[in-house]
Amino acid sequence: MTKDKEVELIRILEHNGRIESDVLAKMLDESEEDVKKTIQKLEDDHVILSYAAVVDWSKIQSEESIAAMIDVKVTPQRDVGFDEVAARIQRFPEVSALYLMSGTYDLSVVVEGQTMAGVASFVSNKLSTLETVLSTTTHFRMKKYKHDGVVFNQDEKDRRMVVSP
Amino acid sequence: MSQSPLQVSRKKRLSRTASSIEPSGIRRFFDLASTMDDCISLGVGEPDFVTPWNVREACMTSLEQGYTSYTANAGMIELRSAIARYMLDRFQVTYDPDQEVLVTVGASEAIDLAVRATIDPGDEVLIATPSFVSYQPLVTLAGAEPIPVVTDADTKFKITKERLEAAITDRSRAIMLSFPNNPTGAVMNQEELQAVADVAEAYDLLVFSDEIYAELNYDATHTAFSALEKMHDRTVLISGFSKAFAMTGWRLGFVCAPADITQAMLKIHQYSLMCAPTQAQHGALEALQNGQDTVTKMVSSYRARRNYTVHALNEAGLTCHLPGGSFYAFPSVEATGMDDETFAEKLLIEEKVAVVPGSVFGEGGVGHVRCSYATSMDALQTAMGRLDTFVNRHKK
Repeated sequence: MTKDKEVELIRILEHNGRIESDVLAKMLDESEEDVKKTIQKLEDDHVILSYAAVVDWSKIQSEESIAAMIDVKVTPQRDVGFDEVAARIQRFPEVSALYLMSGTYDLSVVVEGQTMAGVASFVSNKLSTLETVLSTTTHFRMKKYKHDGVVFNQDEKDRRMVVSP
Repeated sequence: MSQSPLQVSRKKRLSRTASSIEPSGIRRFFDLASTMDDCISLGVGEPDFVTPWNVREACMTSLEQGYTSYTANAGMIELRSAIARYMLDRFQVTYDPDQEVLVTVGASEAIDLAVRATIDPGDEVLIATPSFVSYQPLVTLAGAEPIPVVTDADTKFKITKERLEAAITDRSRAIMLSFPNNPTGAVMNQEELQAVADVAEAYDLLVFSDEIYAELNYDATHTAFSALEKMHDRTVLISGFSKAFAMTGWRLGFVCAPADITQAMLKIHQYSLMCAPTQAQHGALEALQNGQDTVTKMVSSYRARRNYTVHALNEAGLTCHLPGGSFYAFPSVEATGMDDETFAEKLLIEEKVAVVPGSVFGEGGVGHVRCSYATSMDALQTAMGRLDTFVNRHKK
């Protein structure tokens, strides 16, 4: 499979991880065997890391979670920079995303929990007590409008006429 | 005593010209499909994308800023200049935005203007068919005679020199072309178009080249007809924003042609339309200035869906050539032994999948149906599944 086709395959899967290999083969004009082989290679190389559903948890009230974005300032360490502290933070199961940022703070930590108190306790007891952490600013997420390119609560009705020239 | 109004025999109300044309054959399928609730439509001749947000936003901004008056008859000069730049950058053809570019109400108006500005009653216009449903009626409305030049599966729905020459008479004035084609998806490369250009040159014909699908070309770079040697002066190049930028409802097209023809079209346009809608022109300007990345993404998405659809159709037993452009597949329904009208009607009633019978696009379309793949992959997969069931049930 050419590099261009491989990139196209990744883009398709990024939007729909459930699409079956025989359909992918037709879309890419490749054999199903080649498609399966390429996907296996992408998984082995950790290019494709996982296949996940984008869920609107607000529709399942009992399961709705609290999320916070925390701006963290840290002291970078000799030789390893921010990687060591990042490695420590990412291990907490409460942390759902972690990014190194440019600008006024260093790490952006996304934390999810069942209650606001739970998230607050994670910040005060686990995150801010790490010795390289200088300060934290916590922003609670109020509502999800768009996530991973998917717009929530969108009316996707096809407004076109059924048949047109 | 004066006659009572009741006794006056009614004068005829409709002109001979209006009476001479038929409503589009697509209408009947529209009426039928509209009554069905869970029908999957592969009958839609427009993109399934909504116009890119930056284009919609530019239009709203123009309203906020109070751009609600007429523009120049030919369209805003900024837009005409952007069109000229776009045509040069994308297709290597040079047009003077002041004299050779006209902004129209959709490519449909541009086709009408091109015919009305250059064709006299009694003239003949050679039209490659199957093709867009407007060409033949518009030629008829101009009092001229449409002469179909049939393309078919044998020629991969491309027009050939031999068939063109066979249709030429002393009254031939112009050739109407549309590649990438609606409904067949056929694309003609530079060499194939050159054969048509040679005929135009040899017989002193104009060429109306409807290139509305130019951006939706999946395996090659589009060749503008006017880019061919000696063809700039013979070509009326028609295009627009509908297909490339998903702007069908905006009704905005344009035409690029030699100055004498453009100015003649402008005269008709200024009396019948005044100018294209101002807000749409502001949106179109944004599309040309910042829309190419979105076009590239849409093209890539159509390409994958084309590949899928053509594979699925052939697997179902409906022979289908690989269409190089537009967003239509045009399979033969011969395997079922039905004619295209019957096939489309039965498929709609039995499986609730709408396709358009090829014969509504002219003689060359007989025995084929147009399947638009400008619809979601989910819908396409369901439709192809139903189609497969249908073909298996009815196979000869």
